[in-house]
Amino acid sequence: MGGGRLAKFTIPEEEYMNSGHVGCLGCGACHAMRYTLKALGPRTIMSIPACCWAVMPGVFPLKCLEIPLLNTAFETTGASISGIRAALDAKGIEDVTVVGFAGDGGTADIGIQALSGMVERGTDVMYIMYDNEAYMNTGIQRSSSTPIGAWTTTTPVGTTRDWKKMPKKNMIEIMVAHKIPYTASISVGYPEDMIKKLRKAKEIRGPKFIQIYAPCPTGWRMAPELTIEVCREAVACAAYPLYEVENGVYKITRKPKELKPVKDYMAMQGRFRHLPQEELDDIQRKVTQEWEILLKKEEFTQSLVSE
Amino acid sequence: MKIMMTGNYASAYGAMAAKAEVVAAYPITPQTSIVEKIATLVSSGEMKCQYVKVESEHSAMAACISASQTGARAYTASSAHGLTLMHELLIWASGARTPVVMSNVNRAMGPPWSVWADQHDTMAQRDTGWMQVYCDSNQEVLDSIIMAYKVGERADIMLPSMIIEDAFILSHTMEPVDYPDPELVEGYLPSFDPRFRLDVDEPYGFGSLVMPNWYMEFRFKINEAMEKTRGAILEAEKEFEETFGRSYGGLMDFYKCEDADAVLVLAGTVASTAKHVADKLRSDGKKVGVARLRCFRPFPYDEVRQLAKMTNIIGVCDRSYTFGHWGPMATEVKGALYGLADVPTVKNYIMGLGGKDLTPEVLEKVFVKTLQLKDTGLDTEIEWIGVTGHGGW
Repeated sequence: MGGGRLAKFTIPEEEYMNSGHVGCLGCGACHAMRYTLKALGPRTIMSIPACCWAVMPGVFPLKCLEIPLLNTAFETTGASISGIRAALDAKGIEDVTVVGFAGDGGTADIGIQALSGMVERGTDVMYIMYDNEAYMNTGIQRSSSTPIGAWTTTTPVGTTRDWKKMPKKNMIEIMVAHKIPYTASISVGYPEDMIKKLRKAKEIRGPKFIQIYAPCPTGWRMAPELTIEVCREAVACAAYPLYEVENGVYKITRKPKELKPVKDYMAMQGRFRHLPQEELDDIQRKVTQEWEILLKKEEFTQSLVSE
Repeated sequence: MKIMMTGNYASAYGAMAAKAEVVAAYPITPQTSIVEKIATLVSSGEMKCQYVKVESEHSAMAACISASQTGARAYTASSAHGLTLMHELLIWASGARTPVVMSNVNRAMGPPWSVWADQHDTMAQRDTGWMQVYCDSNQEVLDSIIMAYKVGERADIMLPSMIIEDAFILSHTMEPVDYPDPELVEGYLPSFDPRFRLDVDEPYGFGSLVMPNWYMEFRFKINEAMEKTRGAILEAEKEFEETFGRSYGGLMDFYKCEDADAVLVLAGTVASTAKHVADKLRSDGKKVGVARLRCFRPFPYDEVRQLAKMTNIIGVCDRSYTFGHWGPMATEVKGALYGLADVPTVKNYIMGLGGKDLTPEVLEKVFVKTLQLKDTGLDTEIEWIGVTGHGGW
């Protein structure tokens, strides 16, 4: 290997996702899977509900992922990985990471009950929500994880200003309320941070919840080459902050010195094109407020452990 | 070893005797004492399994399916609304070819709320690809669980089974039950060892998207396996009888049908009441018999056609109903008879819904009504027994 002065590669070179996936151009969920498998390695069993990734591994008999893969019903990911874990425990198999890999609809909406049950039971599994902020596999319908202001096919704007009026559901906070040992947000625009947090999560016993920001150029009405750039902008304006919560203690893992305006981030995406200035101002106020609350949570919970 | 136990305890002991490795279950009246008993057996160290106390029946079945696909023997128990909540996953279980075994306590569906015996919940799961065994004793409940794994886990079958007991009449009534010798069970039922499972050393994908050219092939294979269960159930029962000295009559249990003028077809505990009444009527010179439908799926077509050779009048007693048609058992019995040269007269009785008591007196009345058809011919295709309210609200 190289000498000590060379940069150390933090992203494994091994690939467990081969070519042949059927995702769209610029698909963020594609990077989400690739880096997840790089971080977790081949001793991983994955359960996937109805979502883009139910289709993306390829049509039978083909499969582009080099791990055992179980397709499960839309709302069952939390229960499915509980069953896999229980079976492995019954067989005395401990060195396998059990992962649920679900979209935001399968997680924050139809699957939230099974997820909540699994976390409450303290199940030793990793639940990954790749967040493309709408029901993308069925063709861009709003989910509870769709951000405020967004156009989707079921919030079609029209002449009645019918865009998404409610704020995005905060799954990380819901997980914190479950007293989960570890939860974190990551982004496909920051692969080193992804690998670091996923590896950390892998070593923790009990339930882990990871939320991956995974842009969907098709659904966000955005050029496919902007996927990584929009990730960077989302963090820079704090629309999608990267942080982790370990046993209740918050740590913001990427803290911009000064927040960029949210409108720059939104301007990259056609799904926000219809928003009038007063709405953009309102969204800016909300994002700033959420960010300040997050900073306070970090400061407060960190002060509890340092005392 | 004989133990006094309820049908629900017989279910729990059945899961323990069969060495279920993963149990995922959610409580519902009147199934509750199954999940409680399993918890007790696990906490006392008698039963070795991973017990996942899930937050719904839907998750119970999802966890059982995933556990089974990871190579573990999986068991759950439910009833009525719990069972119907699982409906999507019941179809998933057979589609995924997982030999999960579930005890179901037959309970009426709401509204209006009812917790009493009624077969609507399981009859409504007819098309899910599960074997269905209706029991009429606590011993049969326990033994059928062991036999269900034996049949379901066969490499050429790999399908799930429901072992069904009537609410309260079996679930909460004690009978002496033999808890089989674990060594004999081990000899009878080898450990679950499926050829394909979730395994990091052999990373297969399960249940992925298929194009129309493949989908029908998978469905065809499921049906091929289900057709094989007819023989497999009989074989498993024969070996069970050789090992444990007990048997239950295969897919359809005939009682004094050979020379009968009229036979009632029934499922569940009402069949044992009917056998008792048949004895009484026979002592009065009335030639009646009982055909206890033990399996609703696979459906005993051959046995029903055999029955047509034994009697000219069949009364089918459904403890459920398919609104807008006949009772589900009557529908299937008539279907099995179609095309025979000498088709018996078939009358459908709807009775005992929502726990309406099916006493020997009620059964005697139904036998007599059925015998009368010999002189009158078929009076009506369907009769609701014990209903007083006609003509709307």
